[in-house]
Amino acid sequence: MTDQRSRRPTPWLRAATAAAALFACTAARAQSQTPAAATPKASAPVDLTGYWVSVISQDWRWRMVTPAKGDYASIPITAAAKKVADAWDPARDEAAGAECKAYGAPAIMRTPTRLRISWQDQTTLKVETDNGKQTRLFHFGAWKHEPAVASLQGDSVAQWHPARAARGQSVPNHGSLQVTTKNLLPGYLRKNGVPYSENVMVTEYWDLYTEKSGDQWLVITSTVDDPLYLQVPWLTALQFRREPDGSKWTPEPCSAR
Amino acid sequence: MTPTLSISFRPALLVVAVMLAGTPSFAQVDLTGIWRNFNHEDWMERGGGSDPVDYLGIPLNDDGRARALSYNYSLLAQPEHQCGLNTPFYGFLDPFGNNIWTEFDPVTGRIIAYKIGAWLDKDIVTIWMDGRQHPSKDSFHSYAGFTTGEWQGDTLTTYTTHMKDGFLRRNAVSSSDQATMTMHITRHGDLLTMTALVEDPVYLAEPYVLSHSWRLDPTLNMPAVPTPCEPIAELPRMDKPGVVPHYLPGQNPFVNELTQMYNLPLVAVLGGPETRYPEFRQKLKDYVPPPICVRYCCGPNADGLNCIVDGSGKRQP
Repeated sequence: MTDQRSRRPTPWLRAATAAAALFACTAARAQSQTPAAATPKASAPVDLTGYWVSVISQDWRWRMVTPAKGDYASIPITAAAKKVADAWDPARDEAAGAECKAYGAPAIMRTPTRLRISWQDQTTLKVETDNGKQTRLFHFGAWKHEPAVASLQGDSVAQWHPARAARGQSVPNHGSLQVTTKNLLPGYLRKNGVPYSENVMVTEYWDLYTEKSGDQWLVITSTVDDPLYLQVPWLTALQFRREPDGSKWTPEPCSAR
Repeated sequence: MTPTLSISFRPALLVVAVMLAGTPSFAQVDLTGIWRNFNHEDWMERGGGSDPVDYLGIPLNDDGRARALSYNYSLLAQPEHQCGLNTPFYGFLDPFGNNIWTEFDPVTGRIIAYKIGAWLDKDIVTIWMDGRQHPSKDSFHSYAGFTTGEWQGDTLTTYTTHMKDGFLRRNAVSSSDQATMTMHITRHGDLLTMTALVEDPVYLAEPYVLSHSWRLDPTLNMPAVPTPCEPIAELPRMDKPGVVPHYLPGQNPFVNELTQMYNLPLVAVLGGPETRYPEFRQKLKDYVPPPICVRYCCGPNADGLNCIVDGSGKRQP
């Protein structure tokens, strides 16, 4: 004789079944909201494209103008870096055609500049500066530079971090961009010759904030890691304000002074 | 007959309720912990303090500039000012870290507030997360003000009103008691970045925006409450009735100091919204850097550099 009670689900089994069903529905809904194989351009959680202007609130005296030789305030330099910086000679850089040494990826975003951001293709975000006329390319996905040749702006690999929410859903129109840059030519963190080496690595987080007024701010959190010339990673944050158009875009060449 | 729920389904509802309650609030990120300040920007401001008349990059209007120029540091020696605290914006100016914790509703367990800890000269900032409204505009103004917050994606956005007047720079460039502050707090791994926008119809021509980052450091010992303070008579002349240290218009003796030391024109030194945009460099065409740094040349990590770290002009081994 079969025990009928053993075929009836217990209350706790019902509970587990209900919970599993709830999560299955939630997961399915979350999955259905994520387009399969969307390109980085199509899946961008925020729109960074357009024109931006740097708003120099921090370190004005070290960013808007070239500070005095020997002024290394705020940068956690090593003794080796100080030795190099103490020998800074802009005339020598000019003679060598190296006027852009303070415009590399570890330094360019801190200069007084406007940005023009656009998608070069579905997987490459292009960031141009009018100050020094530089171009940074942020490559998404499994991009690899072949062959790897060091350059002023290096190789930048980018990744979106959509904002998280409960039960795996993404939050529309919110998220960050992470950019890691390596393979750089040596250059200057500051125009008065504070050096970075070819082993430097830059990690940036780009965040977009929209105010009630409609103003948009781009805030970049940056760590520059260079064991040769920095005692600890140099941690900074800076801000850009969105501009309506490119009417104030003023390309100008690099200057060593 | 009153409908009743089958006893056998009650555990199911209980499990579902518990699982839903355990789900984090909308896009909530853990901001709690102790965050170290590395002072890798504006080291002089955070360390020794900025020069008396250094308004570079601050979007002051004429009234804000006049107020700043009238300031005399002796004001801080007056007993009634000695134990005053700074507004929440001071967290962007000082060299200290942040201690952040949460307050929970004892019944629901939900977060009702974030707290940003105090230090010797700033009060605890409470960020209310329970949807309460700001007080009426005529309500009491405190040093910490009244702050509410809401999550926007992974960013906690806060809004502060009802602050007393306070410093926008440690040389007493001031905001008024009409100022408000919006703050965006975003965490990336062990980094915490805050961006503040101060709007002040009295002293600012445009919002003053400042961003800064801290790194998580559980080993850092940070206080949570302000240090006790007892005012004393520091200077005998300050005890006389009616004494208010100040500079009358046109009499601030430090106005030309930055120009003399750094070759910067007065139009830059006195600030204003235009001073913080790239095109302002058109007004700096005649700038020539000083030949060599003679003060505050290194820091905060200056050990072993044989460098000048303060205003003495002497090298520190």
